[in-house]
Amino acid sequence: MSELFYDAAPNATRVAPGRKPQRVYPDKPEAVTLFGTCVVDLFFPEAGLDAIRLLEREGIRVEFPQEQSCCGQPAWTSGYREEARAVARAQLDILDRSGLPVVVPSGSCAGMFRHHYQALFADQPDMLKRVQALAERTFELTEFLLYVCKVQLTDNGAPRKIALHTSCSARREMNTHLHARELLKQLGRVERVDHDHESECCGFGGTFSVRMPEVSGAMVKDKTRSLLDSGAIEMVTADGGCLMNINGSLEKQREAFRGRHLASFLWERSNVPGKGGVA
Amino acid sequence: MSRRIPVTELTPDFRGRAEEALADGQLRNNFRVAMDSLMSKRANAFQDADEREGLRELGNRIKAGALSHLPDLLEQLEQTLTANGVKVHWAETLEEANTLVHGIIEARQGRQVVKGKSMVSEEMEMNDYLAERGIECLESDMGEYIVQLDNEKPSHIIMPAIHKNARQVSKLFHDKLGEPETEDVNQLIQVGRRTLRQKFMDADVGVSGVNFAIAETGTLLLVENEGNGRMSTTVPPVHIAVTGIEKVVANLRDVVPLVSLLTRSALGQPITTYVNLISGPRKPDELDGPEEVHLVLLDNGRSGAFADAQMRQTLNCIRCGACMNHCPVYTRVGGHTYGEVYPGPIGKIITPHMAGLDNVPDHPSASSLCGACGDVCPVKIPIPELLQRLRQENVKSPEQPQQVKGGGAKFSRTERWIWRGWQTLNTRPTLYRSFLWAATRFRALSPKKAGPWTENHSAPVPARRSLHDLAAEHLNQKGGRPS
Repeated sequence: MSELFYDAAPNATRVAPGRKPQRVYPDKPEAVTLFGTCVVDLFFPEAGLDAIRLLEREGIRVEFPQEQSCCGQPAWTSGYREEARAVARAQLDILDRSGLPVVVPSGSCAGMFRHHYQALFADQPDMLKRVQALAERTFELTEFLLYVCKVQLTDNGAPRKIALHTSCSARREMNTHLHARELLKQLGRVERVDHDHESECCGFGGTFSVRMPEVSGAMVKDKTRSLLDSGAIEMVTADGGCLMNINGSLEKQREAFRGRHLASFLWERSNVPGKGGVA
Repeated sequence: MSRRIPVTELTPDFRGRAEEALADGQLRNNFRVAMDSLMSKRANAFQDADEREGLRELGNRIKAGALSHLPDLLEQLEQTLTANGVKVHWAETLEEANTLVHGIIEARQGRQVVKGKSMVSEEMEMNDYLAERGIECLESDMGEYIVQLDNEKPSHIIMPAIHKNARQVSKLFHDKLGEPETEDVNQLIQVGRRTLRQKFMDADVGVSGVNFAIAETGTLLLVENEGNGRMSTTVPPVHIAVTGIEKVVANLRDVVPLVSLLTRSALGQPITTYVNLISGPRKPDELDGPEEVHLVLLDNGRSGAFADAQMRQTLNCIRCGACMNHCPVYTRVGGHTYGEVYPGPIGKIITPHMAGLDNVPDHPSASSLCGACGDVCPVKIPIPELLQRLRQENVKSPEQPQQVKGGGAKFSRTERWIWRGWQTLNTRPTLYRSFLWAATRFRALSPKKAGPWTENHSAPVPARRSLHDLAAEHLNQKGGRPS
């Protein structure tokens, strides 16, 4: 496992990730809460459902509280602390009801729970305790599958070349920048190809994409160009925001190439229809 | 076409300048190539990740430690420097700093100044100030010389002319100096050398910056690669060093890891070609060195940053430029787009204290918060966190107390109402689910244009059914409880 974290600079032009203390993972729980995230909810619901299916196949009962909405990140990154706080508190109330581990199919929303909630409530000691407890039991989907479920995937698909986009939150906040690679390695007939400036941001950045459309647009254009040049058939990513950004740009450019959520890709490749009864 | 931009003639706002820069293919290519090379150099200089992280931690502790007793260290620095024969001057504002420098030059009836590279002198716009008073300032750092020759400002704090490639420099030398065109970098450097050599001899005053001012020994440390720093500080009869008050460190031992972090982060060098340790004017038995050495210590808003526990971290900066080298925004728009002396991520967090947030209202938003800058900062300034803080300061209403100079510049009642609406939507589950229901049911009616989003993307169309809907159905079928 160590090389997962110690992979300093495989591509000379990528940022070498800072070495962070390795997270200690618990044993597989009986049940988890899935926090779907607002982007997946509205634009990539299948990815959320596939995440549920992947977790259920590991013998985990998945709860999906219907009261959940957004983690609060858009307001937080826009400087609207109070509004972000109100939304964060609402999610905390829902997630604390069961106190189950929380699995999030998106690096940036998981990072919000694990890191930014502590900044949001830094001046409220009673809230801070709850927030720290949430941080402890929040997992990005890839790390949960890999290290908590210790998932072993069987590849049932045809040979396929794909590119992997890793979100900056996964890379820098969640320290899960190599986890999706590991999961993909388990799929024997999937070849992951590198793309140019792979470690660079896709340009989404939440409201950055609408506040600075010129710069953000240049960034996503470069990202899609390098994906198109990579030789991959499609892109896979574990972050809804990046996916919306990259796919939206590709569609605007009238390119047929698309990205999809890692959860859907993993489920499709490893699921045997009609077997196991969890379709 | 390369742009010629004295800062005063820039398009007035960040987005406009960014748009111009993005349309300049040559400029973008110059930055991409240069930044890629700098990133590789840094990565190669820090091959042992353990050592790198340990050193960054140490660098952070040293700078934070020095800042925690900044007033004492500055007092000690003044005493030790004075004992070494260096005259120490304090300037709260840019005007004061310029007046001091001008006064020192006038006292010697100086007319010719030769300058080593100094970002603080850029902050002061010293060249213009002195030129208006009949004193000629010549930049002796190769990059600074190039931008001065082209009537531009530096586009990078370490490599001022990084926005130009060899062909553009050659053309500039041809147009301005009548030199034959060549893309041989060595030949181009020789052109600069020839012009500058005599100027060092003729200059009345040499001006330089300071990388670290060492309180215990009264030493000014200056790193450089061209020897122009040593020439500027030793050949003319008067040496004036200008620096910010945050550059003081306790002792020489503390400087060793900081220099290593600086040179490796900046250019991937184990150490620079020249490391100048300046500890006073020429002594009676010495053969060379200036007769007078002055240090001007500039505040210019730094004490404002110092007073704010979170923003104080901006004063950790050792001006290596790694944050800009790794910044996907800087790489695309270049340094001039920022319209300020300090571009890139570090510029975004230090400029508000100098110029006021209202003068750079778009800077905090000009980031995807990707975090690359914070990852590579040698003294671990949490740049994304500080940008986040400035975004909050930026949208404070006039009724709220302002904690950063020029705060509240981006406050808009309309935008606040939008976020209030967003808050209501996301804190009332029934309302949120009704929204999901409507958005998915009437997806065909979703707008074809969605503001700036559809400039770069196709219009977003909601899925047929939301995850709320799909999950409820799925979990019901399984007999699970849709809580």
